Amino acid sequence: MHAIYPLTLAALLFAVGVYGVLARRNAVAVLMAIELLLNAVNLNLVAFSALLRDQFGMGQVFTIFLITVAAAETGLGLAIVLLLYRNRGTAAIDDARELGEDGALGLKRLPAQTVTENDKAVAK
Amino acid sequence: MTPTTRPLGSTTGVEITFILVGLLTFAAAVLTVTVRNLVHAALWLVVALGGLAGCYLLLAAEFVAWVQVLIYVGAVAVLLLFGLMLTRAPIGRTTELDSENRWAALVVGLATAGVLVTVVADAVRTTWFDPRAAVVNGTAKAVGSSLFRYWVLPFEVLSVFLLAALVGAIVLSRRDVSDQEAEA
Repeated sequence: MHAIYPLTLAALLFAVGVYGVLARRNAVAVLMAIELLLNAVNLNLVAFSALLRDQFGMGQVFTIFLITVAAAETGLGLAIVLLLYRNRGTAAIDDARELGEDGALGLKRLPAQTVTENDKAVAK
Repeated sequence: MTPTTRPLGSTTGVEITFILVGLLTFAAAVLTVTVRNLVHAALWLVVALGGLAGCYLLLAAEFVAWVQVLIYVGAVAVLLLFGLMLTRAPIGRTTELDSENRWAALVVGLATAGVLVTVVADAVRTTWFDPRAAVVNGTAKAVGSSLFRYWVLPFEVLSVFLLAALVGAIVLSRRDVSDQEAEA
């Protein structure tokens, strides 16, 4: 197996993931793109493990570690997205701009958020 | 240790299979980040992750391939679909899925692809390796024995990390915690 095939595929998948993270608006879609980024790194680990003939099996063991970390990351990320949705009524990350300064980087303050059920509950 | 080299023209059957599976994976990944239907994006992600499992098999990493199928195709995809349903994401075709800076994102993505592919292709060029000749081959026995012989501490740390992530996810997504705080 020529090393160029798996490594090029990993590089292309990483680039696709970068595009997805930057271009998507829905937070769950951004999480999907992050999965693609992590999987590109996994493919690199497996390919280099075979290419460099590592005697400790580091590449494949670390791939399994990384799959576990990615699963934990997805679980936590979805919990945070769920919290965002519950408090704002939307999962669009473009709308979460409270920490942005007015006029900085060309961002403009969005109109006031609609009051969700959770806001009412908190107000009580 | 210096890897052997072979001219790129000598393509073996395994390599042709890898190229085909890789093209499928890449196409599914592109569809994941571009398709306008969010549920279809999740399903294309399943195809991409399954294709990657095929790539692992062709690289003689059997155990990793089946872990990939179990965890990613089985668990993470279902988790993402649940996330879509719980946030009442638009199910049908929608135009508001892409943010307005997607053209800048496209430029950044293409630049990343260009830089990475150029550097990687120039670095390995005609390097050739036999995946089945790896010192630790990809069977469950070999990976397991190297995992518990050399990597026990990271393994244990990872189990504590998973527990912490689990507790954190439950605390974050419980509804009654914030209600009690509001009443107090």
